[in-house]
Amino acid sequence: MKILALYADVAGRDVIEHLRQLASLLKGMRVIHVNSTRVGGGVAEILEKLVPLMQELEIDTKWELIRGDEEFLECTKGLHNALQGNPKDIPKSLLNVYEKTNAQNAEQLRHELEEADIAFIHDPQPAPLLKFCPNRKGKWIWRCHIDISRPYHPVWRYFRNFVLGYDASIFSLADFAQPLPHPLYVIPPSIDPLSEKNVSLDGGEIESVYEEFGINLELPIILQVSRFDRFKDPLGVIRAHKLAKKFISSLQLVLAGGGATDDPEGEVVLKEVQEAAADDPDIHVLFLPPEADRTINALQRGADIVLQKSIKEGFGLTVTEAMWKGKPVIGGDVGGIRLQVINHHTGVRVSTPEGAALRIRYLLSHQDKLQAMGQKAREFVRENFLITRLLRDHLALMVALIYDVEDRIELD
Amino acid sequence: MKQKIERLRIHKIFMVDRSKNKEISPFVVKDCAVVAIATGIHVQNLRELRDKLAAVPADSIYYHFWGSLLLPRFEEPEFNNDFAAWAYHGLRDPILAERLAMIDPTDFTDMEELRQELLEVVEERLYESEYVPWSKLDQQFHFMRSQIVVFDTHKRITDPKMLSVLVPSLSTGSIFYHFIDARRRSPEGVDDLSAWLSQFGDRYAELIKSIATIDPYFTTLAELRQMLSQLFKTHLEEKGR
Repeated sequence: MKILALYADVAGRDVIEHLRQLASLLKGMRVIHVNSTRVGGGVAEILEKLVPLMQELEIDTKWELIRGDEEFLECTKGLHNALQGNPKDIPKSLLNVYEKTNAQNAEQLRHELEEADIAFIHDPQPAPLLKFCPNRKGKWIWRCHIDISRPYHPVWRYFRNFVLGYDASIFSLADFAQPLPHPLYVIPPSIDPLSEKNVSLDGGEIESVYEEFGINLELPIILQVSRFDRFKDPLGVIRAHKLAKKFISSLQLVLAGGGATDDPEGEVVLKEVQEAAADDPDIHVLFLPPEADRTINALQRGADIVLQKSIKEGFGLTVTEAMWKGKPVIGGDVGGIRLQVINHHTGVRVSTPEGAALRIRYLLSHQDKLQAMGQKAREFVRENFLITRLLRDHLALMVALIYDVEDRIELD
Repeated sequence: MKQKIERLRIHKIFMVDRSKNKEISPFVVKDCAVVAIATGIHVQNLRELRDKLAAVPADSIYYHFWGSLLLPRFEEPEFNNDFAAWAYHGLRDPILAERLAMIDPTDFTDMEELRQELLEVVEERLYESEYVPWSKLDQQFHFMRSQIVVFDTHKRITDPKMLSVLVPSLSTGSIFYHFIDARRRSPEGVDDLSAWLSQFGDRYAELIKSIATIDPYFTTLAELRQMLSQLFKTHLEEKGR
C-alpha cells in the first residue's frame, strides 16, 4: 500500500487531495534537504517521513548530510546552545572549523545544491552552505527547528550573516522568529500518527505494559512523559500528586522518561525524583531507553490524564502525542503548550502544583468532561499537528516561492 | 514551468471574469487553508502596540481579525480577535480586552478604517492609564500575516436547490473561502453564494437578503455553517413546498 493512502485513513481523504493539488505544481522539481544526522533527534525523525512522502508526490527529493569532525560538532553544539540563549562565546578557532567544514561539504554537494529547485537547510550546522554555492539556481530555505527567541546576541550577530541571503526561513512558533529580510514562515512541529509512538494499540498490549511495571490499570492514573529535567518540573508533579491523593487515595502517578546518560544534571534530577517518590508506592518512576516508543505509546493510552507541567517549553510534542491519544492534558502555562492546551477544551493550563492538583481532582470527578476534552484534543491534533499538515505547509511555501506568489495560491 | 505559471494566470483571469459573465455558470466549490507568516514585528507594551499598529501592513490586521477563524475554535471563543486576547492574557487589562473584543470588522469598509478604530481604542486606553500596560517577555504580541491556499473540491452546483444539501457538508475551509474571504475578493464585498444566486434575477432575492443579515464575525465557522444550513433549508426546502 502506498504511504499516502495510509495517511488518508487517519488524516482524511481531503487532506491527501490537497497535498496532491499542491504537489501537481511541483512535479519533477529537484528538492534537497540537508541536515547533520540521519538517525536520532527530531529533525531526522521528520525527514524520515517527509522525504518519502514528497517522493510519492512525484517531487524529486533527496536528503543529504553535512559531515564534520569533533571540533565541528563542538562548535555546532555551542552555536546551538548560544542561539537558544546560553550566554557563552565560541572561540574563533572553532568558528573557523565551522566555516571550513561547510566549505568542504559544499565541494561535495555543490552540484546537487546548485542545481536544486529548492534547498531546505535544516538548523545551524549546514547554514553557511549557501555562501559556498554562488551559482545556485533555486530557492533556499533555512529551516530553524530550535528556539531562538532570545539568542545570545554576539553569537546571533555572527550567525545571522549566514542566513540573511536565504529566500525564506521557517520557524516552529511565532515567538521564535527573528527579524530577517525575507518571509518568515511559521510552521509548527507535528507528529506522525503511524509511528511506533502514536500508532493505535490493542487493549492487550496496553495492559501488558502496565502489568510489566506493576501499575494497576483499574485505578486512576496520571502520567508525565519527559526527560528528567528541571524545566519539566517533575518534583512539582510529585507534589501535585501528593495534594490530589488526599482526596483520591488510589491515585497513581507515572513519571516516565529518559535522558542522555552523559547529562550530569539529568542524573541529579532523576535522583531527586527517585528520593521524592521513594516513600509512595503509587508513584512509579520509569527510566526508559530511547527505543521505548511503543512503551510510551501504551503508557499514554492507559493513563486517565496526561500532565506536562513544564516551567519552560519549546513546543512540547509529548503534549501533542497525549492529545492524539484522546487524553486531556494538564500543562504548564508556557511556550508551545499554550498553542495546544486550550483551557477547558483540550485540557487545562496551570502555573503551580496546587493548580495541577485542583484540576486533577476536578477532571477525575467529572468523567464526562474528561472524555469530552480528550475527544476534542484528538480532533485538534488531527486538524493542526499531524505530519500531513506539516507537509501541506511545506508544499504551499514551495509553490509560493517558485511561482512568486504574494498572498494567494489558487489550485485546480 | 512556464505552462504552470500560465495555468495559474489563466485561473486568476477566470476567477475575475466569472463575476462579469452574464451567463449562468455553475457554482465552483473551493476549500482553503492558511499558512502563517511572521512579520518579525513584536511588541511588549501598549505604547509599542499603538506605534506598530499604525505601521504594519493591512494584511496583518486582517489576519488578527479573521485568520484565526481558520484555526479550530471552540464553542465560546473568549475573544474574537487576537488584539483583545493579548490585552487580556498578555497585558492583563480586561477593560481594554473588552473594548477591543467589541470591534466588529464587518462594520468597516476597509482595513485602514479598521486600523484607525483600533488605534482610537488603544489611544483612549493609554490616556486613561497611569502607567503603560506591559506583558511578560514570553507573552509578546507577534504581528503575523498569512498566505491563503485555495483548493478545488471538484464539486459543482448548477441548481440552487442543491445548496440545502451542499452547505451542511462544506468543510470549515470552504465556509471561510466562500463567506469570509469572498468579501475581500469581490468589489461589492459580498459572499460567493449570494453573488452566484444573484445571477438568477429576483428569484432568490429574499434568501440573499437573509444571508446578508448573518454576521460572520461573532461566531465560529462551524456555527456559521449551521446558521447558513438552516437558512438554505428554510428558503429552498420548506418555502419551496
